[in-house]
Amino acid sequence: MPHIVTDNCQDCRFTDCVGTCPVDCFHGDQERLYIDPDLCIDCGACIEACPVRAIFDVADMPDEHRKWIVVNAEKALLLPVIDAKQTPKSTAETRKVALGF
Amino acid sequence: MLVAVVGSGPSGFYAVEALLKSGLEVRVNLIEKLPAPFGLVRYGVAPDHPKLKQVSLVFHKIAQHPHVQFYGNVELGQDVSLSDLQETHHAVVLCYGAERDRRLGIAGEDLPGSHTATEFVAWYNGHPAYRDSSFDLSSRAAVIVGHGNVAADVCRILAKPVEALRQTDIAKHALEALAESRVREIHLVGRRGPAQAKFTSKELRELGELPDCVATVEGDSLRLGPEDETELAEKTNDNAAKCYQIFKQLGRSGDGSARRRIHFHFLLSPLSLNGKGRLESLTFTRNSLVGSAFEQHAEATKETIDIACGLCFRSIGYRGEPLPDVPFEERRGVVPNEAGRVRQGLYVSGWIKRGPSGIIGTNRADSVETIATLLGDVQHLGKDGASSKASFAGLVSAKRLHPISYDQWRLIDSAETQQGEKSGKPREKITSVDQMLAIAG
Repeated sequence: MPHIVTDNCQDCRFTDCVGTCPVDCFHGDQERLYIDPDLCIDCGACIEACPVRAIFDVADMPDEHRKWIVVNAEKALLLPVIDAKQTPKSTAETRKVALGF
Repeated sequence: MLVAVVGSGPSGFYAVEALLKSGLEVRVNLIEKLPAPFGLVRYGVAPDHPKLKQVSLVFHKIAQHPHVQFYGNVELGQDVSLSDLQETHHAVVLCYGAERDRRLGIAGEDLPGSHTATEFVAWYNGHPAYRDSSFDLSSRAAVIVGHGNVAADVCRILAKPVEALRQTDIAKHALEALAESRVREIHLVGRRGPAQAKFTSKELRELGELPDCVATVEGDSLRLGPEDETELAEKTNDNAAKCYQIFKQLGRSGDGSARRRIHFHFLLSPLSLNGKGRLESLTFTRNSLVGSAFEQHAEATKETIDIACGLCFRSIGYRGEPLPDVPFEERRGVVPNEAGRVRQGLYVSGWIKRGPSGIIGTNRADSVETIATLLGDVQHLGKDGASSKASFAGLVSAKRLHPISYDQWRLIDSAETQQGEKSGKPREKITSVDQMLAIAG
């Protein structure tokens, strides 16, 4: 069971997760990130790195996020690897507060 | 620039990766005391967690970069000194981890039957220094002191049916001993409460789902105080909240027919290990939590309880080893540093830098920070290229050492996988250094 990025990443894109990924399995566009489920080794380091807890282990994610499993697999195939931390989106801090973090 | 990285576990490999990505002309000598690379990925990660070990494929790629030279079987402090490394490199990055166990510092700690969790982990993972360790698994009850992931690993290996381990890369000697194990009751004891346990929820959940095994929580210890409630309500403390939910779901008495039983105990600190000639029981003080949320510490009450057991594993953390001429912070067991810099030219990363915390990926960010610090010092480290430094390869051969190159390691690696195939295992680790050296030629 891999890990999955959910929609809390949208409008944040903090990318702290990327720096802790031991296998470079993050892909992304200007909007948000996705995890390549075939590469992820389930170490879980990214979960706590994310300031808005956008990442879940599929084994224990709330049902409302399950739709992101397929999206992660599909998008990761199409988008480039992000392997270093980037500048968060300008909306990131506002969005973080709105999400209650 | 020539850089020596000491230690080839995750922090060492990620330091090498960050150096290679720097865009500078860098050559790295990766120095490892064992003939085999990968540190705790090989000798720490539990054999029944094979997916985590796939990270070694990333390390494999890094090791094959033409600017990286692996020197296995070369030990800092034994075969080469720090000044040897400094004379032959512009910078040295220490990534040698934290191998010493913390001690409880109580009576009976060294009784036969009392061990460190590290020793057990290294033994079942086929570490050459622990191949001759032995554990008396004839006792019915075992106590594990500590509520972290290493404690969870030790517990799982003791509690799992041995059949579930046969197809893993667990050491042959461990498989044979575990097949004869009579351990039925496993007590996991922590000094604080269920809201402060340090397991990751994933590891904890596994303990509740083992075949033919029941996990229960002792007493009424799941009651929360107001400070615990505050801690668990904090959104970024979600791992603790998940763990607490898992504890709540565990049975109180559970299935009476299960072969093995795991007991979680909270708010107990070991007071003494007791026994005549060998371990027979542990005495604990019951604690209460004192302090505000996120700063609650355990304070002893007058109440004590005993748990009978013939086997105990202490899993209360690790400490680094000090090195001559390198400052050392005795209390935390780390080398004091500023963003990885010990002094100009000498850097640290991983557990020896920040203490034994985090998971594999945590070390990547840590090593990126250290190498960024090193790169910031680069104008002071000598940008004169390799020529100003004596050759490390020359020093190694002058000392008549027997370094193992990465290609030689691959010979050992394929010997192990071939041997493993015969018994349906991904590999059968070679646990003797002499045998590894013989295969390497």
